[in-house]
Amino acid sequence: MYTYNDFDEAFVRSRVAQFRGQVERRIDGSLTEDEFKPLRLMNGLYLQLHAYMLRVAVPYGTLNPSQMRQLAFIADKWDKGYGHFTTRQNIQYNWPKLPDVPDMLDALADVGMHAIQTSGNTIRNVTADHFAGAAADEIEDPRPVAELLRQWSTDHPEFQFLPRKFKIAVTGAAHDRAVTKAHDIGLRMVRNDAGEPGFEVIVGGGLGRTPMVGKVLRAFLPKADLLPYCEAIVSVYNLLGRRDNKYKARIKITVHENGLEKIQELVEERFAAVRAGFSGVDQELLAEIEAAFAPPAFAVKPTAGYEAARLANPAFRSWTDTNLAQHKADGYAIVSISIKKHGATPGDATSDQMRVMADLAEQYCHGELRISHEQNVILPHVHKADLAKVYAALREADLATANIGLASDIIACPGMDYCALATARSIPIAQEIATRFDELKIEHEIGALKIKISGCINACGHHHVGHIGILGLDRAGVENYQITLGGDGTETTTIGERAGPGFSAEEIVPAIERLVTGYLDLRSDPQETFLQTYRRLGMEPFKAILYPAEDKANAA
Amino acid sequence: MARTFTPKVVTANALLEGDAVWLTEANTWTRDIRKAELLTDEAHADLRLLEAQARAGEIAGAYLADAKPGDNGPEPTHFREDFRTRGPSNYAHGKQVELS
Repeated sequence: MYTYNDFDEAFVRSRVAQFRGQVERRIDGSLTEDEFKPLRLMNGLYLQLHAYMLRVAVPYGTLNPSQMRQLAFIADKWDKGYGHFTTRQNIQYNWPKLPDVPDMLDALADVGMHAIQTSGNTIRNVTADHFAGAAADEIEDPRPVAELLRQWSTDHPEFQFLPRKFKIAVTGAAHDRAVTKAHDIGLRMVRNDAGEPGFEVIVGGGLGRTPMVGKVLRAFLPKADLLPYCEAIVSVYNLLGRRDNKYKARIKITVHENGLEKIQELVEERFAAVRAGFSGVDQELLAEIEAAFAPPAFAVKPTAGYEAARLANPAFRSWTDTNLAQHKADGYAIVSISIKKHGATPGDATSDQMRVMADLAEQYCHGELRISHEQNVILPHVHKADLAKVYAALREADLATANIGLASDIIACPGMDYCALATARSIPIAQEIATRFDELKIEHEIGALKIKISGCINACGHHHVGHIGILGLDRAGVENYQITLGGDGTETTTIGERAGPGFSAEEIVPAIERLVTGYLDLRSDPQETFLQTYRRLGMEPFKAILYPAEDKANAA
Repeated sequence: MARTFTPKVVTANALLEGDAVWLTEANTWTRDIRKAELLTDEAHADLRLLEAQARAGEIAGAYLADAKPGDNGPEPTHFREDFRTRGPSNYAHGKQVELS
């Protein structure tokens, strides 16, 4: 893993010192809120419904155990003993007090972390495949280039006042777990005809009020050209992007309004101009970063104990069936720790749980942890011989829910329980849906299903790309929930289609239950997933389930 | 005919803690909406908001929120404002425990 060099350390410390001064000046009255707001946002500090909120970046979702322990320490010392993992691989603290925030940032700097550019119209935390460095289907670990992008974009003088926020995601695998097509820039590692690795560069994707699937700007970009090419894209956007209307300011609108060809032309032109400025220093840096991300020394040992434990313990077997993914190294597995216990808040981990996960990473996972955009925590490299021990420890910490990829593994934004922008609550809906499917004991029968909930049109809960998406709105002073169907956030990204009129908070959970049990009758065989059934049959049969005829008659 | 004015309260977030506060008739900030001043006259409400906004060293983001008279003082009318008087629904945190 990358560790801060002297430059990183000095930069982050100086930013903390600056912010400490800014907070002091806000408190003593020298700065008004209007003056202070852009300064606090630059450092990830929001003012929400009930308190301040500090958003801390987990760059490309990677943490080491001491970082995770420090997140736990911060939660205990300055918050309420927990943290919320978000869909952009950040962690949010919901209850900090303004005078404490500089100390929190100093505590983050102690372990090589920060909250810089987790807000504002800048390049945000660069996200990556949460199985990076471990996935069997990977060309290369995408984290070195993600770290290179982090260094390049952090405090980049040209890109501190973009028309709007700018999000980059990168994956090194064929199967897209990083939702690259819903980012301002999505980078998918591919090989050219000569077998050299490079990137398919996708631009102009995004969810929010105007959801768009990203378009391929360059089918193959040599790895060495990554920084100048990204600089060219952001530079073109910086000049061309609209500043007159914040709803039309994202690059997806710039691409849509100007056309992909025009953007291609401008980017290539700019690329030709800036490329010479990258004299190769970036490649020297990348080589150093790559060395820091060298794979761990994977152990070779027998896995017979694992098979025996599976046979002996049905709960362990069920967990291994859902929560493991294929690792590139023989004898290893990728463990997804569900932060979605039925009825709990999606993405919330207590400080005790964070410490348990840190200990497990240290003991059994070569010192690595990942945060997924699906709000779970990953132990990327666990030898199968150790899985039973890991499972037992997770169970003790209430972290052994066997539901990864199932109906209760729901993405939910904080919604109106915390967020000042929200139009309705998301968390209670997620809690109720998960609790209901647990009561019915059918989620294993249902199989792969992604339910994603956003509490407003900004779509932090990725509802557009949920197989079932739920969008919470304020309809005449009452919470109302719209359903979209058929969304998909993988390499076959699709924006879900609105099913029809919304449901009240009381009606939404029964509606989802009706929809999912209805699907069980519609599917051609138990292997056909919800999404496949939807793609085969289209909206109509699902609409009929959601809006039975008698309801229509009553409404008419 | 002039439209009817929906009664309001002046509300904001406390500068240091960041939680919801309401302006009282005595010009103090309260964490209990029932102790807030219910503003029934539009011109007076606008004036009170200006006065609140001038107190930048105590609060941030002051605005007028709809409210109605209740048995024990002003009550929120919109669910968002209602949540601000209580705290989140997923944990017993915030005013729902701090006020009791």
